[in-house]
Formats: sequence, C-alpha cells, structure tokens
Amino acid sequence: MTTQASSRETTEGRVYSVTGGDWDSLVTEIGQTKEERVVVNMGPQHPSTHGVLRLILELEGETVTEARAGIGYLHTGIEKNTEYRTWTQGVTFVTRMDYLAPLFNEAAYCLGVEKLLGITNDVPERASVIRVMMMELNRISSHMVALGTGALELGALSPMIFAFRERETVLDLFEMISGLRMNMAYIRPGGVAQDIPEGAVTKVREAVKKLRTNFKDNEKLLVGNTIWMKRTQGIGYLDLAGCITLGVTGPVLRSTGMPWDLRKTEPYSGYENYDFDVITTDTCDVYGRFLIRMQELEQSLRIIEQACDKLDKLQGAPVMVADKKIAWPAQLAVGGDGMGNSLNHIREIMGESMEALIHHFKLVTEGFRVPAGQVYSTVESPRGETGVHLVSDGGTHPYRVHFREPSFNNLQSTAAMSEGGMIADIIGAVASIDPVMGGVDR
Amino acid sequence: MSENIEKGSFGVQGTGDTSGFGGLVRTTVAPGSTERPYGGYFDHIADELERAYPDFADAIERVVIDRGELTMHVKRERLVEVALKLRDTESLRFEVCLGVNGVHYPDQMGCELHAVYPLLSMTHNRRIRLEVSAPDSDPHIPSLVEVWAGNNWHERETFDMFGLIFDGHPGLTRILMPDDWQGHPQRKDYPLGGIAIEYKGATVPAPSERRSYK
Repeated sequence: MTTQASSRETTEGRVYSVTGGDWDSLVTEIGQTKEERVVVNMGPQHPSTHGVLRLILELEGETVTEARAGIGYLHTGIEKNTEYRTWTQGVTFVTRMDYLAPLFNEAAYCLGVEKLLGITNDVPERASVIRVMMMELNRISSHMVALGTGALELGALSPMIFAFRERETVLDLFEMISGLRMNMAYIRPGGVAQDIPEGAVTKVREAVKKLRTNFKDNEKLLVGNTIWMKRTQGIGYLDLAGCITLGVTGPVLRSTGMPWDLRKTEPYSGYENYDFDVITTDTCDVYGRFLIRMQELEQSLRIIEQACDKLDKLQGAPVMVADKKIAWPAQLAVGGDGMGNSLNHIREIMGESMEALIHHFKLVTEGFRVPAGQVYSTVESPRGETGVHLVSDGGTHPYRVHFREPSFNNLQSTAAMSEGGMIADIIGAVASIDPVMGGVDR
Repeated sequence: MSENIEKGSFGVQGTGDTSGFGGLVRTTVAPGSTERPYGGYFDHIADELERAYPDFADAIERVVIDRGELTMHVKRERLVEVALKLRDTESLRFEVCLGVNGVHYPDQMGCELHAVYPLLSMTHNRRIRLEVSAPDSDPHIPSLVEVWAGNNWHERETFDMFGLIFDGHPGLTRILMPDDWQGHPQRKDYPLGGIAIEYKGATVPAPSERRSYK
C-alpha cells in the first residue's frame, strides 16, 4: 500500500498534511519544490512540545528562521470561574492552573486573600511551616517532571524513569498529608485544610533520606554526560538583558548568573527563617538551567529538613487562623475513602450544637466577606514568579482573579532562544523553559 | 454587586445568604486616594518620579496606598512617558514589568475598563503598580511592548479577555480564545457558560438552554 502525503494549493503556497507513516512521500514531494522556505506546524499534538503547545516554525533547511508559539488549546476559563464562587472555593480552581505546581498556585492565591483580609500576621506558624514543607516537596516533584520529560524529549529515556520514581515518592507524601496526589486544595485562606496526620514528619524525614540517595542516579546519568552536554550546552541562549526585558524569572533567569529568588528577596511564609542557597550558573543555556534544577533539589531537601524540625517543636499548635468568621468550620480528616469532614465535627454540628450547624452552613454556603481593594502577591514557583492580582468589591466572591503565570510569560522567550538555531535544538530550549500548558492557558 | 454584572447559569445568585437573615445591607468603600506622607519607600519613589518627570502632577491622577502597596493611576495618554521614566531613572529602575491585567468596572461611567501593571525593580527590590483606565466606548490604551518586550503576550491576553486595544502593539490578536471568537470573556457583561459552542459543524447549545439550572 502506498500512502501519500496529501497536498493542496493555498494563497500562501502549497500545504502538506502528514499523518502517521507517510513521511517518505512528503520528503520526495518537498524535494521537488523550488521553494527553500518551509513553514512547519509542530504540534499542538506532538510528543516533544511539552503538552498542547503549537510551534509554528519557518525553516530554511534545518535552520529555524522564525519560531512562534500558538497557545490557548488548554484554556479553561479558571479566572472567570472563580468570580462565581466564594473566596475559599477559589482555591479549588486555581490549584488546577499549573497542575505540576498546585501548591504554589494555592499559596500565591491564599497569601493574596490573607493580605486583602489583613490577616497575614495572624496565620499560625505551624500553618506557615506546613506550607513551606509542602511547597518544597512540590518543587521537587515539579523539577522531576521538568528533568524527566526534558531528557525524554531529547531522547534520553532512563532519566525519565528515575525522575518519575522520585516524583512518586513525593506524591505519596501528598496523598498521606492531604488525601490527594495533585490539585489538593490543601492551602486555604487563613492556614491549611487540616493538620498533618500523626507520624507524617517521620515519613517525610525517611523520604528525604531516600530522595537524597536516589537523586544521585540521575546525576550519574546526566551531569557530565557527553551526549547530554552536546545536546544542551550553548543551546537556547538567553542572557540577562533578554530575560529582564522579557520578564523571564525562575531557573532561566538564574542561569544568567542573577541570584533572583523571591524566597530570599521578598520572603513569605517565614522563608527568612530557613537556611538555603540560591543556585545560579552563568552559562545562559539549557545545560545551566538543567544544573540549577538538579541542585535546587538538594536545597529543597534542606528546607524540608528544617521544616520537619520546626514541626516537631510546634506539635499540637493550630493550623488555621483563630478568627472563626474566616476559618473553615469543618475539621477535615483523611478517612478510608479520602478527605472529608471529620466524624467529631459532624457529631458536634448534627447532634450537639445548633449554633455550630448554623455557623458551618452560613460560612460554607455564603463564605466570608473580603474588604474592597486590590493586592498583588507573589511566590517563587518552580518556574519563576507566580503573581496573583486579586480585586475585591467587598463581597463574598472575588471580583477579579488574575494569575501572572511564569509559564505563560517565559514561553514568549521561545523565539529569542531558538531563532537562528537548528530545529532539533528548539526542543531542548522549550524543555528548559519548562512550560506547563495548564498554567499557560489557564 | 452591580446589576450590570451578568451572572450566567452557575454559582449562587446575590450574596449567597441562605439563612433568611440577609436583610443587612453593608456599604463597601474602595480605598480612596492617599495624602502624603505615604510611608516606607513610597515617598522616595514619588519624590524621584516628580524630579525626573516634571509633568507628574498632570500625568498621575491619584496615588493610592492600600495594604502596603502603592498604586499610581496614570492618564492613558501619558502612560508610555511615565513607564520610560520609571524604567530608566537610576533611582527608580523598574526594569521588569510583570504583565498587564484587565479589570472591568461596568459601574464606573467613562472609565469602565482598567489595565493594571505590576512593576518590579530588581535593582532596589521594590514594587509599585500602575493603573490606567479607558472608557468602554473608546477602549484604547497605548502599548508598553516598546518599553517592556515581555508585555507582548500579556497585552494580547488582556485584549482577548476584555477588548482593550493596545495602540502600537506589534500584533494584537487573540491568544487564548479561538481567532474567530465573538466577545471578550472576562468582561462582566459576558455570561459564564451561556455560550453555544460550534464544533465541527455541529452546535452544542449553551448549558442554560439545555436544562433549567435556575
């Protein structure tokens, strides 16, 4: 059977559609055309584009002369949806934006709501420590996907296997603590949804020990590996001036030697009380960003260990603000069928106190009011600055929620990183930005 | 909440009060303009900008300090000048713009559409916010892509979501919604989930048409 790449004439030239195994006939047909310039649609369904990203590439031979990114395939209107829900319910929506870093979305959003309410300093210390521990665990799981899929896209299969093994360890911890592996809506305005279960700190400590050993597997595979270095060194070059003018933050900015990390420059959730280093390289390339992510894993482990020590000292302390007009009334607990209202709480509201039932009902259905105004709050997510612009009109629902997603912003730099380079290198460049399309399109 | 706001088919209507005691009407007041001194480094920023930019009093409509954040409301025709001064003056150096966000206030006659720019100075580790407004009948705001190239996609998104036209943008097209989409989804007069969807020739009616949620 002969398969033919179908072609048709358009005003912009001849357009070829290729599916499956008919590449040979395409190559033959293109070889006969006089046109040197070829425009290739890469994606939105392509295994190497890091999700539903569409790259529109203008090629001369194998050189990329123009690269544009087409996005929007995963737009779900999360920002619009939050305007129709209470402030607390908003957490459940925003956690689904950048689905590899759900806790950072939640933290940025909740820090913003707390700033609007003026209760930033009332958040209990234990809640802040739990937030930090969860965020750093999340940074590890997110970096593992960045490394694993990045290597996979460049043709290295084994690092992905190791990376996902490590990620699984972290996701198991998330499941133990919050009841869910991803999109857990665990961080809530005023604190966290529920205290960590008994024995969790011990399990986290064990996991840290295990991860520290396991990370060496990927290090041995990739750091200093000649093939890996040839595919990544000098590729996807973007210097400091480029990063600043494009608003690029995160590992891409730190790969230019700029030690910019919001955990140090504008500490939130008590990050000023932890001892850790900001990792930089000065190569401005894919390899530098890869090294930064590898070394940030160790820094995250250090922070997690310090958080575990703090949690030991804060045993039994509250994890939610004392103000009962804001604190979620349901005491949540992980039961046999996942997270839900604790049985003690249900016993109280159903059998003992009608006032508690009314209070629960009012707060859950109507929510709390937030004074009118606007704030911008930020956290250092694995991909850079996640900023949340919140506007309140004084009601029980947000008036406007906008996420300044680092993936969205940083993806703009694809053109600057890859124009003039080879088509094969664009994969490495995009992978080093580590865009998560759920965050890009929201 | 305003009556101009389209509630669509989802979520609670009104305040969501289900107790029957919801007769209590509360008036909410948005923070008004702030008088000197602003406190913290905000006075320094205002002083330096006044020194570097003689038209300060004309260009800056009002300054609001709220919850420890500084917002400067800028006249739209002066936006680019102010942005350049904020970026290039050595004592200010707001070298990073973290995008632009639209907000739609259908009740504010003559300035319904707002664009909000969070700025960051990495040199001085400071943040401020610029806010610009445009009437719904003339939704034009000058583009800042020439000043901060990274605003390119952010301005496209704000155009896509609010219909704000950024004059001077190198290619102001839709970015998240399909190119042939009608309307701007984040506007308050745009319903949530009330839109019929065409897909491959078939039309899926809006949820509100399919069954009664109300």
